[in-house]
Amino acid sequence: MKAVVETRDLTKRFGNNYALSGLTMTVPRGHIVGFLGRNGSGKTTTIKILLDVIRRTSGEATVLGEPTGSVAIRRRIGFLGEDKRLYSYMTVREMIAFTRPFFPTWRIETETRLLADFELPLSRKVSALSKGMRTKLGLLLNLCRHSELLILDEPSEGLDPVMAEQMLQNLVRQAADGTTIFFSSHQVAEVEQISDHIIAIEKGRVIFEGSLDHLRQRFRRVNLVFDDPPPPEAFRRDGVDRVIAQGRTISILASRNVDEIAELGPLLAAKSVDVQSVGLKELFLEKLKGDHANS
Amino acid sequence: MLIRLNPSSGVPIYLQIVEQIRHSIEIGALVEGDQLPAIRTLAEELVVSPNTVVKAYDDLEQEGLIRLRHGAGAYVEKGNLAKSRLRRFQEASVVVKETVRKLRSMGLSDDESRRLFEAEWIEEAAAR
Repeated sequence: MKAVVETRDLTKRFGNNYALSGLTMTVPRGHIVGFLGRNGSGKTTTIKILLDVIRRTSGEATVLGEPTGSVAIRRRIGFLGEDKRLYSYMTVREMIAFTRPFFPTWRIETETRLLADFELPLSRKVSALSKGMRTKLGLLLNLCRHSELLILDEPSEGLDPVMAEQMLQNLVRQAADGTTIFFSSHQVAEVEQISDHIIAIEKGRVIFEGSLDHLRQRFRRVNLVFDDPPPPEAFRRDGVDRVIAQGRTISILASRNVDEIAELGPLLAAKSVDVQSVGLKELFLEKLKGDHANS
Repeated sequence: MLIRLNPSSGVPIYLQIVEQIRHSIEIGALVEGDQLPAIRTLAEELVVSPNTVVKAYDDLEQEGLIRLRHGAGAYVEKGNLAKSRLRRFQEASVVVKETVRKLRSMGLSDDESRRLFEAEWIEEAAAR
C-alpha cells in the first residue's frame, strides 16, 4: 500500500459555507509531506476529518487503508495539534508515565534523548508550562510512539526559531526511522526546507501537489523583452500557466514545454530571453492569483 | 564536508547536494575512499527529508562519483570520470575567472552577467 492518506471529493459544509469543496489528495507513504495553505484554506478542517474529530459532509477519506474513524487506526497515528491534549493537573513526569503504557511501540531511548534535548522540567505541572514547553511535551509524547503516520497541525506555530529548527530536525529523524510525516503550515520556507512532497490547498481545494523536486524542475518563468510586445494571446499554448504583460516585458509561468516557449523569443524578435527557476513561494503565490482570477 | 543549501532558490535540494558533493570531489576536498555521512546523519544535519539525501546519493552513484555499500555508508570512488572532469574543470575555471573579471570591469553586475549567460544558452538551444 503506497498511500497512507487518500481523500476523494471531500467536502465539509459549516452552515452555508464550504470549508472543503472537493478536496482530492494522496499522502504517499514514507515521505515528509507539507500541507501548505493560507489561514482559513481548510487545512485544519481536513486534518480533523482525517482524525474523525468532525464528520465530512460528502466524499471519501481513508487513513492507512481504512475509512476514517476506526479505533484501531487511531492507535497507529500520532497527532499534534493546537490543543496539545495534555492534562493540566499532571506533572511532566506523570504525563509521560500516563501516556507510555497506551503504546506498545513506545521507545524509551527516544524518551530519554528528547527529555535531555528539550530540557523539560520533569516535576513541573503541565499548567505551569510555557506555550513552547507544552509544544515540546506534546511533540515528545508523539515522537516516542514511533507511529506509522504522524500528523501535525501548524507544529511550529508559537515556537522561537531555535525551537522550530529543533522540531524540524526531530521530524527528519523520525522520518528516517520510517514514519510518514504529514504536517500543515502556512510558512512556505519551512515546508520548502524539509518536505519532499507538497500538497497546496486554497479555498478547500488542492491547487497543486507532487514531489517538491519535480515541481521545482517543472516550473519556470520565462521573461521576454520586446521593443513592441506582441499581445499576450500570442503566448497561449500548451504548458503556459500564466502570461503577464508589463510594458515591454512579457513574463510567462510555464509548467511544460519551457524550451519551446523560450524559443518563441527569437521567433517573435524579442530583445532578450531570460529563463528563471521558480521557488515554492513564487509558485504558491502565482497559483493563488490564478485561482482567484478563475473564480 | 560543508554543504550549504538554499531551499528557496528553486533548484531542487537533491541537485544542490549533488552539485556540492561533486564540487568537493572536483576541487579535491573529498578524495577517493573518503566516507560520506550516513543518509540519516546528513538529513538531520541539513534538516531535509531523508528521501532527498537518498536521491542525491543515488545520482552521485550513477555518475560513478561515489559507491554505496549496503549498510556501510557511501564512499568516494576513484573513477577516471572524476579525474578527467577534474582537469576539464580546472581549465574551465580559469576561463570563467577571466570572463567574470572582464565583465565586472565593463561595469556589469553579476546578476546582469548571469542573465546574459542564460539568454545566450537559450538562443544557442533555439538555434540548434
